[in-house]
Amino acid sequence: MADLALARVRPDRTVLLRWLRDYGVYAGVAALVLVNLALTPNFASLDTLRVQAVQVTPILIVALGMAVVIGTGGIDLSVGAVMAVAASMISLYLGYGPVAAVLAALLAGAVSGLVAGSLVAFVGVQPIVATLALMIGGRGLAEVMLPQLDTFRNPELRALGSGMFLGVPYVVLIAVALTLVVVFVVRRTTFGRQVLAIGGNPAASALAGLPVRRVLIGVYVLAGVLAAVAGVLATARLGASDPTRLGELMELNAITAVVIGGTALTGGRVRIAGTVAGAVLMQLLTATLIMHNLPQSWTQIASAVVIVLAVWVARERGRN
Amino acid sequence: MTGPDAPLAPILETAGLTKRFPGVLALDEVAFSLRPGEAHALVGENGAGKSTLIKVLTGVYRPDAGSLLFQGAPLRPATPLDAQRAGISTIYQEVNLVPLMSVARNLYLGREPKNRLGLIDFGRMHAEAERTLREYGVSVDVRAPLRTLGLGAQQMVALARAVDVDARVVIMDEPTSSLEPREVETLFGVIGRLRERGIAIVYVSHRLDELYRVCDRVTVLRDGRVVHTGALAELPRLRLVALMLGREVEQVRREGLTRFSGERTASADEPVLVAEDLRVRHLVDGVTLRIRPGEIVGLGGLLGAGRTETAKAIAGALPLDGGRVSVAGVPLRRRSTAAAIRGGISLLPEDRKAEGIVPGLSVRDNIALAALPRLSRFGLVSERRVDRVVATFMERLRIKAAGPHQPVGELSGGNQQKVLLARWLALHPKVLLLDEPTRGVDVGAKAEVQRLIDELAADGLGVLLISSDLEELIEGSERVVVLKDGAVVGELVGEDVTEDALLAAIADAAGPDGTAPVPAAPGGEAGSG
Repeated sequence: MADLALARVRPDRTVLLRWLRDYGVYAGVAALVLVNLALTPNFASLDTLRVQAVQVTPILIVALGMAVVIGTGGIDLSVGAVMAVAASMISLYLGYGPVAAVLAALLAGAVSGLVAGSLVAFVGVQPIVATLALMIGGRGLAEVMLPQLDTFRNPELRALGSGMFLGVPYVVLIAVALTLVVVFVVRRTTFGRQVLAIGGNPAASALAGLPVRRVLIGVYVLAGVLAAVAGVLATARLGASDPTRLGELMELNAITAVVIGGTALTGGRVRIAGTVAGAVLMQLLTATLIMHNLPQSWTQIASAVVIVLAVWVARERGRN
Repeated sequence: MTGPDAPLAPILETAGLTKRFPGVLALDEVAFSLRPGEAHALVGENGAGKSTLIKVLTGVYRPDAGSLLFQGAPLRPATPLDAQRAGISTIYQEVNLVPLMSVARNLYLGREPKNRLGLIDFGRMHAEAERTLREYGVSVDVRAPLRTLGLGAQQMVALARAVDVDARVVIMDEPTSSLEPREVETLFGVIGRLRERGIAIVYVSHRLDELYRVCDRVTVLRDGRVVHTGALAELPRLRLVALMLGREVEQVRREGLTRFSGERTASADEPVLVAEDLRVRHLVDGVTLRIRPGEIVGLGGLLGAGRTETAKAIAGALPLDGGRVSVAGVPLRRRSTAAAIRGGISLLPEDRKAEGIVPGLSVRDNIALAALPRLSRFGLVSERRVDRVVATFMERLRIKAAGPHQPVGELSGGNQQKVLLARWLALHPKVLLLDEPTRGVDVGAKAEVQRLIDELAADGLGVLLISSDLEELIEGSERVVVLKDGAVVGELVGEDVTEDALLAAIADAAGPDGTAPVPAAPGGEAGSG
């Protein structure tokens, strides 16, 4: 009897929380856009839009891979270091032409993912530990390969970073294309389905004969390659390889975007659209505060509040 | 402390103890009493309420009603620490100590001897630890990390710790499950010494041999109620098993309680599944099974007899230490679940929540999970083919869901089980291993699942049926293979598949009368190979 009475009060709260979890991030983006339209001068301009879009691309691309890794219940802390390695590879191999340099960078990302995935899948190292090792080692490796900032003049590479097609920067087009690819992989391929199953219940997945190890390795390779892409684009935009600073704190920003987007850290769910919105939300939040000349520390505090909110909403859901 | 106590005044006594969980009455007015210095067996099948009772006694759960008297005074432990301080210690199946700390630190964790500066007095701690452990037959370097010890020795450290905190009552939950026979003997010796000191033992185990060796009295729980309590020596094994399983020994078997037709006749075909001499260390000891197409073979035995492990070993989910599995004459070469599935073996696991469903995924995705590679081309899922398979099985198994896209976690237990069956049937297996297919399933769905198993066998599948429900096992199977301690101890065929015969086979494989007390042979020897 008591249960019935309780059950009647609960739904409203549950429904609200579920709505917040599923659409809260979009509501947040919408709210920030409205606030800016009202308060920020020149916000509603193509230039502003373009700048925001370009700035969000590295986080977004990295977060795509992160979302899939988190979908398996794992995490990848090495993405920032992989970006730095990619930057070093660009500088080292640019002599063979921009295509070779970019391929070398992507290959480095794939190898890093292969190592992380093997550690997780075969050795059984916890993802956070395995990728933490790669994060530290990768950054070191990047700096060994290229001890200091190296500017380059290669026109093709610079064009990749700052060129546009019909007024849309290449980097944004690439980010959109990659988003679509990842959405397709997650929703339409056996690999995507298996990622969700493994994250949702590893024991059941193993008993159902799923290639758990292969999927885990694939996931980390995907995250590594995407991080390398982000590293290449950021380097191209910068016009310089900067292994010391490039991608710093990127892992945390990417995780933040994923979590805000409603992907549970426990695995079993991947929300790509939410992740995109999460990255955009963080970007807008930062931009809003900067455009109103508030100090950096405010941005950090605001981000923290958003993260706590997102985690709280997810937690409440997990309880019922 | 034992001196003034009258020997028969209970040290621990409960009356009307009741604990309710959503939808389950886990303890129903349980009256349990424990005398100083006795070893009291607490038995019952899964879900009987043993662990709930232990958890109430040790302060993990609070009872909804009823009283708990400890040494004559009411006790309401709010946390395990409360209970421990009062004098009730528990040793769990899995040792819960700190593997990386030294043996001595573990023994004295949280109550280390201190010197005048308030720092740990290591000298004294090590000396005392050595002395204490010697009493338990453990002579090791107490400075070494705990994990360097064997499991048995670790268990002894846990026991020493439990007793050393001034315990008056020690609860042992399956203490021998990970021990070697020699270590079991040491444990029994220690139990004897504890009893001499007036310490009462609550002994939980499924190993009947041990119970009869160690315990004086027994309390049998079933469905949260005490169904029997009394001296163990006066209770024949057969009767004890009957009590645990809720059967009258002499009771005439009622007919038609399950939905199995019982009319199949085993075909004379070659077996579709041959598992020979399966061995998994500690768990399965040379099990051989043959299942013909269209045959339902039951696997009987008490909890911990190795039934689930046998099924998992066949399905490639447990690494084999020896033995061969072949399906329709083709041996499985690689030992993996994927290889077994390709070979045509499907396992419906016992623990639906932990090993079966993926709760966040939809009914559709859960059904398609194992068959995905077959429903895909070039790694792309063919939604059309998935839809067709899902629709077929949702209809055939009458899965009640809001639709194929409803998360499977929201379905009832019975429907979840049907979803899992659909997952396996979608693979068109030749052999179906069903581990407790109707556990936690309501009556209606249970009948449906049973009818379905019957149909599947009629279609020519070989079925291995594991069930703790005796009626299901007896009426469902043409043959029942009985396991004990991981080994086959008997096989009932045709007319002999009766409740009495099964109970007798389970109760005591050696003595067919089932009443003889265990001979003095070392316990656990049967399981050592």
